[in-house]
Amino acid sequence: MEAKSFDMADTDIAWCPGCGNIPILKILKQALAELEIKPTNLVLVSGIGQAAKIPHYLKTNVFNGLHGRALPPATAIKAANPALTVIAESGDGDMYGEGGNHFLHTIRRNPNITNIVHNNMVYGLTKGQASPTSQIGFKTPVQVNGVFLEPFNPLAVAIALDVGFVARAYAGDAEQTKEILKKAIIHRGYALVDIFQPCVSFNKLNTYPWFKEHTYYLEDHDPSDRQRAFKKATETDKLPLGIFYINSEKHTFEENIGLYQEKDAPLYERELDMEKLRSLIDKFKILL
Amino acid sequence: MATNSLFQNADNVSIVLCGQAGMGIQTVEFLLTRILKLAGYNVFATKEYMSRIRGGTNSTEIRMSSEAIGSSVSRIDILIPLNKGAIQHVEKRISPQTVILADKETIGEDFDQTRHKFVDVPFTKTASEIGDKIYSNVVAVGVMARMFGIELQTVSEFVGKFFSDKSGGVVQKNITAVKAGYKLSEDLQDSAGIGFNVNKDTNVEDQILLSGTEAVALGAIAGGCNFISAYPMSPSTGVLVFLAKHAKDFGIIAEQAEDEIAAINMAIGAWYAGARAMVTTSGGGFALMTEGLSLAGMLESPIVIHLAQRPGPATGLPTRTEQADLELALYAGHGEFPRIILAPGKVEDGFYLIQKAFNLADKYQVPVFILTDQYFIDSYYNTACLDLSDINIEKHVIKTDVNYKRYKLTANGISPRGIPGLGQGLIVVDSDEHDETGHITEDLDLRTRMVNKRLEKFELLKNETIPPQLTGPRDYENLVVCWGSTYNVVKEAVENLSKENVAVLHFKQVYPLPNETVNYLQKARKTLIVENNATSQFSKLIKLHTGIDIKNKILKYNGLSFYVEELSNKLNESLD
Repeated sequence: MEAKSFDMADTDIAWCPGCGNIPILKILKQALAELEIKPTNLVLVSGIGQAAKIPHYLKTNVFNGLHGRALPPATAIKAANPALTVIAESGDGDMYGEGGNHFLHTIRRNPNITNIVHNNMVYGLTKGQASPTSQIGFKTPVQVNGVFLEPFNPLAVAIALDVGFVARAYAGDAEQTKEILKKAIIHRGYALVDIFQPCVSFNKLNTYPWFKEHTYYLEDHDPSDRQRAFKKATETDKLPLGIFYINSEKHTFEENIGLYQEKDAPLYERELDMEKLRSLIDKFKILL
Repeated sequence: MATNSLFQNADNVSIVLCGQAGMGIQTVEFLLTRILKLAGYNVFATKEYMSRIRGGTNSTEIRMSSEAIGSSVSRIDILIPLNKGAIQHVEKRISPQTVILADKETIGEDFDQTRHKFVDVPFTKTASEIGDKIYSNVVAVGVMARMFGIELQTVSEFVGKFFSDKSGGVVQKNITAVKAGYKLSEDLQDSAGIGFNVNKDTNVEDQILLSGTEAVALGAIAGGCNFISAYPMSPSTGVLVFLAKHAKDFGIIAEQAEDEIAAINMAIGAWYAGARAMVTTSGGGFALMTEGLSLAGMLESPIVIHLAQRPGPATGLPTRTEQADLELALYAGHGEFPRIILAPGKVEDGFYLIQKAFNLADKYQVPVFILTDQYFIDSYYNTACLDLSDINIEKHVIKTDVNYKRYKLTANGISPRGIPGLGQGLIVVDSDEHDETGHITEDLDLRTRMVNKRLEKFELLKNETIPPQLTGPRDYENLVVCWGSTYNVVKEAVENLSKENVAVLHFKQVYPLPNETVNYLQKARKTLIVENNATSQFSKLIKLHTGIDIKNKILKYNGLSFYVEELSNKLNESLD
């Protein structure tokens, strides 16, 4: 399958020239095409923000919901029809700020979905305020004296919750990012890919050269080693990229709800057993 | 039984059990109501309780009657106080006729024969002789059952069945406790002269004993509900619990969400993928869902919302009742979009209305509310068995082709709804204003057309409303208006009036307001509204949509539902 299967006929892309979202869109289409995922069988769920516009530039099923709320509908869509491939994709403000509670509990719930977070360490759509991942000292029109909140560490949090799959990628490296995304999508269970993405308009600190300078790929890393993964996730001098941790032993949400062991049929194909309901109602007659 | 026995001529009797949380009142209530039903009596029960798991003082009211009943009375014929302080808790409801069956040993100085009509019943001592004072509740069941003339065989068998998952020893002890209660009762009836002669009703046997919670949950199943996401909150949680219990049998996903925001967003996601989903919550939880409600409005997603009201603002009185979230349901969510609000009166309305709610939500792609309250949810009585013969699960999902547009502009505003994976079309939905394909747009002419499209559905909803139900003479002069859970109490209060010219108009659909409303109101010489809130929210809604101002109001907002006598007295004062 070719990446252009996901191309829209005409799109008016709202991102700035040079925006880190542009390569992510291209990489995602390539990864999906290489995995032979059909546009009709994919649902892209997003929230609100610059990154959250991505479903409008990719020809597939789309659920562009509320700010911070991509994960709950993504979980439900997968649970209602496990045959669909479901990707929840938004930015750092959306997933880690407004949607922080859903982020924590979706990891615990472990639905078989992929969570892609474009992490540019700033709010783009609202023009340059701090995000949960902004670095200490980062000055903005709101954080006038520089950010003093401890940056949110999504990888360490995910590993602490014994996430099924967690990786970090960099939008400037198409090849490696594509490979990471492919592994995340085929992982059985919840998979988090945090993608560093420069914001050329509102983040003059974390630029393309800055990311190049401050990142490196994990080497000789055993992704089943949770302790080491956590240690790597808390490094700040240079930020590691790659797959930090995989736990493929966990049951998925769809497996745990117990509806799909006997039959695969999605919920919309199932019918109510009226006789069963009738006999349940009869129990309220209270007979000896 | 002596013919001069107390209550000998009563056609209905009110029994109140009162004690601390955790004392087993609910076990007595459960056993007694079922045994009464089994014996062929009409039975009604409701409870009021504090927001705590242990201690405090809670009470349960059980009515048995020769005729069908569905409401709460203030009058107490028999009171069983289970601890010190229990009598004080219900003091206002005690009259000189009230017989208090109390264990002197347990309630101590509260046992005061100079003030009230006490009968000493050694529940605890009897239970201790069996082996543990824990059996005193079942002793009480035996006492009551004998008093109502129910055969020991029936009671023992039912008690045995109730405790059947316990060990053989425990089952036997409970049966022994029932028998001991019977023995106590024999002595009592002779000494205290208590006797009942309430007639049995042959209709009862085939009927079901149903609570508001059970009605709503069973109705959801009958509506094809296969997905419920909710966050626990009194008094709405029972519906989630019921559906979770039966999830495997009926193929339902029942998920406890991390918060109400997740719950409603999950439910909308589930509908998107072809499920039939609902949420169950109360005022504070629904407040968190309002953003999601607005999303449903924009996506034109079906959603069924069970909103079980309790008194607010904020945490309010968590375990008590009120009808004060009508305006919340009516105006919740930013922006303008249509919705439907239904409010069951009779317990079986809970079943039929939510069943219909799933069909309406799917057909019109709008949010549909079922507005109940703690009183409705926690009360139960025998009613005709639910009729499934006319139940249809109407599905409106289509198989799409490659040119499918989710928001195709149509003559009536309804765009056929596809779901991902069924057909060759792509299903694109967006919380932003969108074009016909579902993609984001800032074309402002299109915006106007999309707003009109969503609001056109409101016109359709107005033509498919459930008419209000008139009870009483058709040539009424006085019209008592009510909605939701107050139906039974208003009906019984009006029946108790000596006036002939009073009718009751009950609304189980409150929005859009049924077209028949104006005619009914205009025909009355005097109209009066009864609501369990402080600002008469429904009369405001009626005024807004009809211009008719119902000036006479009976409102109650102390956290309790109306009692029949209280309402009769107020109606007597107000009506011509």
